[in-house]
Amino acid sequence: MKHAQRRTAPRLAPYAFVTPAIILYALVLLIPIGYTIYLSLEKTQVSGLGLGAGARRQVFAGLGNYSSAITDQAFDSSLLRVAIYSLILVPVMLGLALLFALLLDARRVRFQRFSRLSIFLPYAVPTVIATLLWGFLYLPTVSPFPTILAKFGLSMPNLFTTNLALLSVANVGVWGGTGFNMIVMYTALRAVPSELYEAARIDGASQAQIALRIKIPMIAPALVLTGVFSLITTLQVFNEPETLLPLTNTISQGWMPLMRVYNLAFDENNSYEAAALAVIIAAVMFAGSFFLLRVSNKRVFQGR
Amino acid sequence: MKLVNPRRRMRATAIAGVALAALVAAGCSSGGSSSTAASGGSSSSSSTASGQKVTLTFWTWVPNMNKVVAIWNKAHPDIQVQVQTQAGGDQELTKLLTAAKAGNPPDLAQVEYQVLPTLVTNNYLANIAQYDGGLKSDFPAGNWNQVTLGTGNLYGVPQDAAPMALFYRADLFKKYGLTVPTTWAQFAADATKLHSEAPSVFLGSFSAVDPGEFAGLTQQAGAQWWSASGSTWTVGINDATSQKVASYWQGLLASGGVDNQPQWTPAWNKGMNDGKYIAWVSDVWAPSDFPTTAPAGAGKWQMTELPQWTAGQNVAGNWGGSSTGVMAASKHQQAAAQFAAWLNTDPTATAALVSDGGIYPADTAAEAALSAPPSYFSNQPNFWTLAKQYAAAAANVTWGPDVNVAYTEFQTAFGSAAASKGSFLSPLTAVQSAVVSDMKKSGFTVAAG
Repeated sequence: MKHAQRRTAPRLAPYAFVTPAIILYALVLLIPIGYTIYLSLEKTQVSGLGLGAGARRQVFAGLGNYSSAITDQAFDSSLLRVAIYSLILVPVMLGLALLFALLLDARRVRFQRFSRLSIFLPYAVPTVIATLLWGFLYLPTVSPFPTILAKFGLSMPNLFTTNLALLSVANVGVWGGTGFNMIVMYTALRAVPSELYEAARIDGASQAQIALRIKIPMIAPALVLTGVFSLITTLQVFNEPETLLPLTNTISQGWMPLMRVYNLAFDENNSYEAAALAVIIAAVMFAGSFFLLRVSNKRVFQGR
Repeated sequence: MKLVNPRRRMRATAIAGVALAALVAAGCSSGGSSSTAASGGSSSSSSTASGQKVTLTFWTWVPNMNKVVAIWNKAHPDIQVQVQTQAGGDQELTKLLTAAKAGNPPDLAQVEYQVLPTLVTNNYLANIAQYDGGLKSDFPAGNWNQVTLGTGNLYGVPQDAAPMALFYRADLFKKYGLTVPTTWAQFAADATKLHSEAPSVFLGSFSAVDPGEFAGLTQQAGAQWWSASGSTWTVGINDATSQKVASYWQGLLASGGVDNQPQWTPAWNKGMNDGKYIAWVSDVWAPSDFPTTAPAGAGKWQMTELPQWTAGQNVAGNWGGSSTGVMAASKHQQAAAQFAAWLNTDPTATAALVSDGGIYPADTAAEAALSAPPSYFSNQPNFWTLAKQYAAAAANVTWGPDVNVAYTEFQTAFGSAAASKGSFLSPLTAVQSAVVSDMKKSGFTVAAG
């Protein structure tokens, strides 16, 4: 009896310790998610012309918001667009980041500190401001490029055509994101034991061979990490196109999935369908990252 | 969808401002967020008994409104009005819908005519007929109808009338040998002539970001995008009249006489300033825009009547225009209604609205204030006389309960059509079906027009 009591006392303490964390977690995460799901199952119902008081009520909609979200052409094309956007942005950005990281890590590089800082610097510029700077460079009438190109007999293409706009926006993302990813990869590279390089050099490996056969495989976990994070950020793209929106006809209000959510919730005053879209996007992203991590876990982290 | 200071323009200005700030701060910025504080409507003091001091919050984007309000505050120590400046019509509506849903809207808000039904169907605007109903005779019937929605209720006091007009560069019209158009046929002929003489100069730009402008043009042609009878709404956005207007602008765009640059972008401002655009289909509120859009054009731009579909007619469309509404959640509706009436009918107030805010008051008695032309149009001494004529000829309009949906869809559908210079008829149909399906989804009884 005495023995049993002594055992229950310490069992309560851990719960007491995690309670604040659980309460916070519930308050800032579980309840909002639950409320979003609840909203996504509701809709407004108007009676008559909708002009009198109480003519608009909130009623249960079942899965109506989800079915109209899936059949919403604007949303579907924005999903396709963001998929293409990430297919362009993530490989280019990570490729450049890896290239820069390898170059900086190579032995004979001058101005190493300076290069590292200047590649990283764009990351420190807030997205909105970076986008504005690029936006002004893209607009032929206010950009310096047409004048410069004209000196060589060239003319500047319209960077906001339906096909090029995606690249123009992706360019802002590459410019802003490369530096951060480079730093992550570079840090991982510095952690690789130098004996491995010595051994490789004794075996007669060239710098390129060292990079391909040793460095890249050794920092594979960092590559996966930056890949997953970049993918998640890319799928959430909002700031860049929203800032460029007033500058061009090509970028519309629902150009990217999150813009469509914002547009529905605030411009069209339909928080219910917006909530349904948000749930769909969250589910897709969750499934995507889970899948990616599963696959890469098997390949990269196995045997460790 | 714009009024005195349309959203796009405000965005563009904001962009310029932020860009400038960015250049200044670029050296020390550290990736922090650059959001400016946007506080919601701070709730007013909760005193209800008369004689106690009351503070009202007022959301508006009329420039220098605080100067006008200062006159009121001085004369009414018990009812103090606090102006909270908003960026523009669209942003304010967005904030208003959110704040009202959250239960903390301001007491008073500037409400554009076309979004008034949206706020009314959401039950966010107070019926102030018992306080301000007697003002009916002060306003043109068309404006009054837009704030009563044809019912016995009153949801706001009309602030400005916004008849459309054509602006043109008198000096450049002479240079290119163009006649000032009185009909749309002449306008198109001018565009063709201009394009053959100077391919890099345009007779304006079709702006897909300004659905309000296109809506005004269809009103002029006689279209009724929304109408209500009994408990049924009729939506006629893609009727034959609107199709005629859409095809007309599609033709101008395809012929090259008109550009496809969205309005209020840095590029458009530059074109307006340096003579790339020599005409602008706009509105009598344009004088508040011109000094920032085209500072170099003062004294060169002139206003004339909007070209007509049939020679000899005198019809204008409406682009924007707004009222002062009292929010249903306000605890001081009577005091707020009293201020709304003063702001829009008191001669001192309307005179200040003209001189400081640069708007054309809806109050028919306010014309005395309008004798001197806006300084940008000093070359047109009869500027306000013309504005009065256009206002008298403005088409009647009924706005539907989801103009925001129509305008959003317009920007998307016409944006890509304008960019590719493709057909304008399919985007028009897209807007129609988006509006009808949105209304049906919400439970309205809808008949397609």
